[in-house]
Amino acid sequence: MKLLRALIPLALFAAVAVFLAMGLGLNPSEVPSPLIGKPAPAFALPQLVDGTVTGTSTSSNTTTNTSTSTSTSTGQPLSREDLLGKVWMLNVWASWCAPCREEHPLVVDIAQRKLVPVYGLNYKDAPAAATQWLRQLGNPYTGVLVDADGRVGIDFGVYGVPETFIIDRQGIVRFKHVGPLNAGVVRDKIEPLLRTLNAPG
Amino acid sequence: MIPELGHFALWLAVGVTLVLGVLPLVGAQRGRTDLMLLARPATSVLMGLVLLAFGCLIASFVRNDFSVLNVASNSNSALPLMYRIAASWGSHEGSLILWLLMQAGWAWAVANFSRNLPLPMLARTLAVMGLLTLSFLLFVLLSSNPFDRILPVPLDGQDLNPQLQDPGMIFHPPMLYMGYVGFSVAFAFAVAALIGGNLDAQWARWMRPWTTVAWAFLTFGIALGSWWAYYELGWGGWWFWDAVENASFMPWLVGTALIHSLAVSEKRGSFKSWTVLLAISAYSLSLLGTFLVRSGVITSVHSFASDPARGLFILVMLGITVGAALTLYAWRASSVGLGARFEMLSRETMLLTNNVLLVVATAAVMLGTLYPLILDALGLGKISVGAPYFDAVFVPIMAVLVFFMGIGPLSRWKRDEMPALSRRLRWAAGVTVISALLSAWVGGKLTIMSILGLLMAFWITASVAADLWERIKPIKGMAGMQAPWWQRLRQLPRAGVGMMLAHLGVALFCFGVTMVGTYDVEKDVAMGPGDSTTVSGYTFTYLGAKPANGPNYEALRGHLTVVRDGKPIAEMFPEKRIYRVQRNPMTEAAIYTRVRGDLYVQLGEVIEGETWLVRIWVKPFVSWIWFGCLVMGLGGILAITDRRYRAKAGATATEGAGAMSGVSAAR
Amino acid sequence: MHPADRTFHRWALTLLAAWVLLMAPALAPALAREAAPASADPVLENRVMRLSSELRCLVCQNETIAASHADLAVDLRNQVREMLREGQSEADVTRYMTERYGDFILYRPPVKSTTVVLWYGPAVLLVAGLGGLWWILRRRNRLAADQFDDDEPVAAPDGSVRADDLQGPR
Repeated sequence: MKLLRALIPLALFAAVAVFLAMGLGLNPSEVPSPLIGKPAPAFALPQLVDGTVTGTSTSSNTTTNTSTSTSTSTGQPLSREDLLGKVWMLNVWASWCAPCREEHPLVVDIAQRKLVPVYGLNYKDAPAAATQWLRQLGNPYTGVLVDADGRVGIDFGVYGVPETFIIDRQGIVRFKHVGPLNAGVVRDKIEPLLRTLNAPG
Repeated sequence: MIPELGHFALWLAVGVTLVLGVLPLVGAQRGRTDLMLLARPATSVLMGLVLLAFGCLIASFVRNDFSVLNVASNSNSALPLMYRIAASWGSHEGSLILWLLMQAGWAWAVANFSRNLPLPMLARTLAVMGLLTLSFLLFVLLSSNPFDRILPVPLDGQDLNPQLQDPGMIFHPPMLYMGYVGFSVAFAFAVAALIGGNLDAQWARWMRPWTTVAWAFLTFGIALGSWWAYYELGWGGWWFWDAVENASFMPWLVGTALIHSLAVSEKRGSFKSWTVLLAISAYSLSLLGTFLVRSGVITSVHSFASDPARGLFILVMLGITVGAALTLYAWRASSVGLGARFEMLSRETMLLTNNVLLVVATAAVMLGTLYPLILDALGLGKISVGAPYFDAVFVPIMAVLVFFMGIGPLSRWKRDEMPALSRRLRWAAGVTVISALLSAWVGGKLTIMSILGLLMAFWITASVAADLWERIKPIKGMAGMQAPWWQRLRQLPRAGVGMMLAHLGVALFCFGVTMVGTYDVEKDVAMGPGDSTTVSGYTFTYLGAKPANGPNYEALRGHLTVVRDGKPIAEMFPEKRIYRVQRNPMTEAAIYTRVRGDLYVQLGEVIEGETWLVRIWVKPFVSWIWFGCLVMGLGGILAITDRRYRAKAGATATEGAGAMSGVSAAR
Repeated sequence: MHPADRTFHRWALTLLAAWVLLMAPALAPALAREAAPASADPVLENRVMRLSSELRCLVCQNETIAASHADLAVDLRNQVREMLREGQSEADVTRYMTERYGDFILYRPPVKSTTVVLWYGPAVLLVAGLGGLWWILRRRNRLAADQFDDDEPVAAPDGSVRADDLQGPR
């Protein structure tokens, strides 16, 4: 009996050690999104309309519309309701964001492969700088929503740029990735999800 | 050459710790004096080698040897000399060398300042310390070598994190590690006693001074960290319940329980196995803290660059060290004797109540710190546990502890009587309530928390005063035959005075915390040159900002004058700095410290042109927080200089050997 | 009461009174009148800061949004201010934040089924600990006297035994 009681400290320590070991495989600073499985927040934002700059330097589809090179945000406002009925990806980016540069080729690739329509959320950025950035690096976006004051970003729970969301036909948020996309995430998480969401019925 | 020398010294040290860890242990089991006698010289050699390695690391920093990766990552040629030296322990790898230095240093100290310890006990203790040192040596050599080279050699280094370029940061880690590693002495003593089966009151007496010194250093180290956070981080607070702060606080709480439990074990020979468990726990919590800081398992302002591979290594070390000790405990603890008998109302009970409260407090802090991790590991979501939780949970437990802290020193050993005890306490209780209410009324704000805090501070003070009186007052019927009170005051044993001083330190701490928590005033104000504002009766006038560059940074220095009742009080120079290499903007708050409180000014952002957002705080009695901690630690150090811990000239190991069989009856 | 006790009490009370009076000027500033602050509504600002100090900055993650200089922290502070100014309650603000960022943003963890152990654990441990101590001590005292060690006080290494090592009530 006394031996059993004397083993309690060891047992408690073992329990703590198990949790610590499990902790080594976790990322404590990653914040899961409470929006998964819930409707995307409502928004109605102006779009950034500039000449369409597609692809890379080898693309022959480059058409630069110089009359709008010092563009302001123009074009029709786009709202959440406009995007119902299709599966779409929201990519939060900004020209002042270094990791966004890293992931951009991947986003361009996704758009070129026509995996899913990609809409950009230009987060707390200046339209001129944003336009310039897209011109330099390529514009994969079906539309660029301008979130000048970051309100919509907050509604989406954005805390670090870049972030990427996938929203389904009913307007429910299905997936969120914080930080730059990488090939592994696209292949292992996004593509399978898109297949599921795009399946008929 | 020098880094390689240091590296080589560490490998040699591995060999020495293997010898130290094994042979004396075998010798103690088999009664082989020749093997046991190896322990002392082995610790000296170990000390020399680790000192050499440490010296090589410092030399690399001082010489700006950027071919050493650690130097290139943490230093810079423009960094002032004292920070170059401190940078040697500013990184994960370097701080481990500091840890090793402490580990070897404490072992050397035990070897050379324990003349009256019986040889088998000394041999076992040093062997255990050798094994602990071995585990850290392997950790350094196999995963965190500070002597790694980098090629091609960079032209200059990446500079030390600007927040660490600060006097507080020079002393905080050494003090802290002195404490953490000092608890390994208690750990080793406990394990040695479990192995040898000789847990007795003499063992407790040997352990006490070592444990108290380690505790005192840990107290200083934590206080320094808190003070640094206050003046460097610029948000005006002094404790954030951040995971790493908690990691240092948990061993401190258990260490405090340990030094009180040792009193019971030493005086009455009781609850020795509980004391052993506390001794094992204190160092285990130090190791846990090291794990939390370095593994990346918990986000913290303080963590070193996290690396799960290193985290795994420390976890394995933790598992083996603590697992072995607790297994030994389970095996041996049940055969330990009961010690002397004592009644329900006695000082022993008071001290054990202190222990229960401190251990519950530690458990609460650990629960809060690890809970996010536990929930995440179980897939139950991610939460944060911060100051609101800890304040809500910790303060009530402390309040109960402080209540008993007032009673304990005034209670008698073995058996006390309620009427006598309450008579001794009656005066203290009355004074406490009156003073607390009076102070709260004078201050002008009556809140539950402020009254509680004041009650706590005054209760301890009144109890200390009553205790002092009990010790020096004339005894009835002996007037004429007793020395006068001032002479009895001088003759008070240092252990007793140390205790009173340490408890008084707690009272000062409580007072500071309560005052600053209740009467702290903050004001954010937009100020252009010539603008004034008044906070708590102090008028601050902003005179503008000028460039003021430092050795490795560019700064904009603001200038404010402070006037009160027409009299100039201070000139304050808050700065906004950009360190040239790392290019983060840093804010240096301007603090004017006085006994009655601090004035704290910080430059926020530029609003436009020459107008800044200026944050001004008036913090009454805030420095009493750290002054109280200083007094606490000094009390502990005073206590161990007591005559009873110094061996009589001529006392040898044989007297200690006689004590091995039980309690010595010498009178 | 012993006459010496009375003298001591008199001295101590005098010193105490003197100390409290000395402290009064230091505390009195709390009573002094403040000049008008820069912010339009100090009461609102107070509420904003208090609420913000319980919300975690997700960018730095080791600061509150009250203390953090990060852009997101400033934005969220403004959001809090706006909501409070509109008359929404503190619970509304908390709900707004958790809808977007989850419970992670709260430094005061909500009381849920998953946090019951967290919030009530310490109290349970306290009661269990003190109760357990009581029970152990009572059981210990019921043991026969011969189970205990001798009652000799332990001598110091220098051979002395001190008065305060003695046992029992005076």
